[in-house]
Amino acid sequence: MKKLMKGNVALAEAAIRAGCRMFAGYPITPQSEILEYLSSRMAEVGGQFVQTESELAGISMVMGAAACGQRAMTSSSGPGFTLKQEGISYLSSAELPAVIVDVMRYGIGLGDIILGQADYFQATRGGGHGGYCLPVLAPSSVQENADLVYRAFDVAEKYRTPVIVLSDAAIGQMCGAVELPPFRDHDIDQFDWTLKGRDEAHPNGRTMTDRMYYDFGYLEYDEHIRDRYNEMKEKEQAWEEWEAEDAEFLLVSYGISSRVCKEAVKLARAEGIRLGLIRPIAVWPFPQKAFDRFNGTVKGYLAVEMNAMGQMVEDVVLAARGKTPVYSMATGRVIADSEDVVRVVKDILAGKKEVF
Amino acid sequence: MTMEFVFAGFGGQGVLTAGMVLAYAGAEKDLDVTWIPSYGAEMRGGTANCTVKLSQEEVASPFPKRLDVLVAMNEPSLVKFAPSVKPGGHIVANSSVIRNIPEVPGVEVHAVAVNDIAAAAGNPRSANLCALGAAVACAGGMITLEEVENGMRGYFTKIKDHSGNLEIMRSGYRAVKP
Repeated sequence: MKKLMKGNVALAEAAIRAGCRMFAGYPITPQSEILEYLSSRMAEVGGQFVQTESELAGISMVMGAAACGQRAMTSSSGPGFTLKQEGISYLSSAELPAVIVDVMRYGIGLGDIILGQADYFQATRGGGHGGYCLPVLAPSSVQENADLVYRAFDVAEKYRTPVIVLSDAAIGQMCGAVELPPFRDHDIDQFDWTLKGRDEAHPNGRTMTDRMYYDFGYLEYDEHIRDRYNEMKEKEQAWEEWEAEDAEFLLVSYGISSRVCKEAVKLARAEGIRLGLIRPIAVWPFPQKAFDRFNGTVKGYLAVEMNAMGQMVEDVVLAARGKTPVYSMATGRVIADSEDVVRVVKDILAGKKEVF
Repeated sequence: MTMEFVFAGFGGQGVLTAGMVLAYAGAEKDLDVTWIPSYGAEMRGGTANCTVKLSQEEVASPFPKRLDVLVAMNEPSLVKFAPSVKPGGHIVANSSVIRNIPEVPGVEVHAVAVNDIAAAAGNPRSANLCALGAAVACAGGMITLEEVENGMRGYFTKIKDHSGNLEIMRSGYRAVKP
């Protein structure tokens, strides 16, 4: 049976059910309910919860747990998520699985606690140094907050990579009906690459550091990196098509904005405009396969997102491969309004809006 | 079909809780449900509101748009949200607090003295549940009084005797549907 849960709490409980037994993080609005919930829940299932002295300590402790094979998670928002970036780069270099949750809030620097979608570049372009890539899952409902964090642990272990769950303040703070996933056991000793101390095969113990130094020749490493990220790009695309099959024009939107876009699709269709939506569920890798289905056949794509300049719209331009015009509706700190979205679509269809 | 409810009032009038009970009951009925509070700086200015959507299909946007039911616990809330109520929709206006309740063309306005009803029943703090009962009376077939009563029993886990709250909620319901 479905239960009414707050988005952040549903995410935290789903992480427990996925077998996460280590959380280390620091409070910041609007994701603090994740810590608050896990501070008691983790003890009930025999896991470790640490409220760290800083975000840096949080991501570093997660790295330690991941090196031992534990399912580990941290979460943050705004400036706190920025502080995680160095650790995410190190997790990527050591090729360790971990889940990092960013409940996006609005603004540059300290910004504000209100919702926003301005961390898209930071999450999908490698907010840390060195050119790593990593899967980024973007929930649009309380149910998906649960489902995608649950999936994130599997994806992380499949590729030995950190995975970001890119939620937002609206999804985190709202309540919705949720069907929680089942409990799963995680065997911390199941992997051959984790730190387990000395044994016959490893009389001096094992090394856990940047894999570039130990596991690859000088020129082999780039090839390894390319193979690794290209495999993720091929296999981890995920998206939802909504009223897209017969659409003459497509909205592209993720997270909270995508829900407003679904309302806009209903309003437009009631007026006879065949509008549809592509909703990336993974924003990295971006769902190129979805766009290849529609490129050259629809009249345009409108990227709707809550930041000042448009960020995801650049990925839409790349995905359109020059075959379909791309437009931007970046609503900044204002929640997109479904009637405004329909108005912009009408302007585009009337030739009154510049391409991005 | 999707129904939109807004519960709005001063902070402390229990509007967030009233909406939560409705959402809880909707989830128990296996409806798709969203409950979203007013968010950001507005929360600190003394007013509070939440939007609840109940649907047999997927709820699209959780934000208020064209309201089926507005519960206005004070005058500023009535002024702010009344224009968003759609034709054929309902407004439950708290006539214990709001002196001048205007007519709204195309909308059924129900003046319900929720504070007075709750006080007369001996529990003035349950005025929000009286308003919830009135809102349920406007919900058509989407959700019934009995289902919300069960939702209230499930939501208030620390309360042992629900009879007082249930009676106040029923009084609010009867104020709209005698």
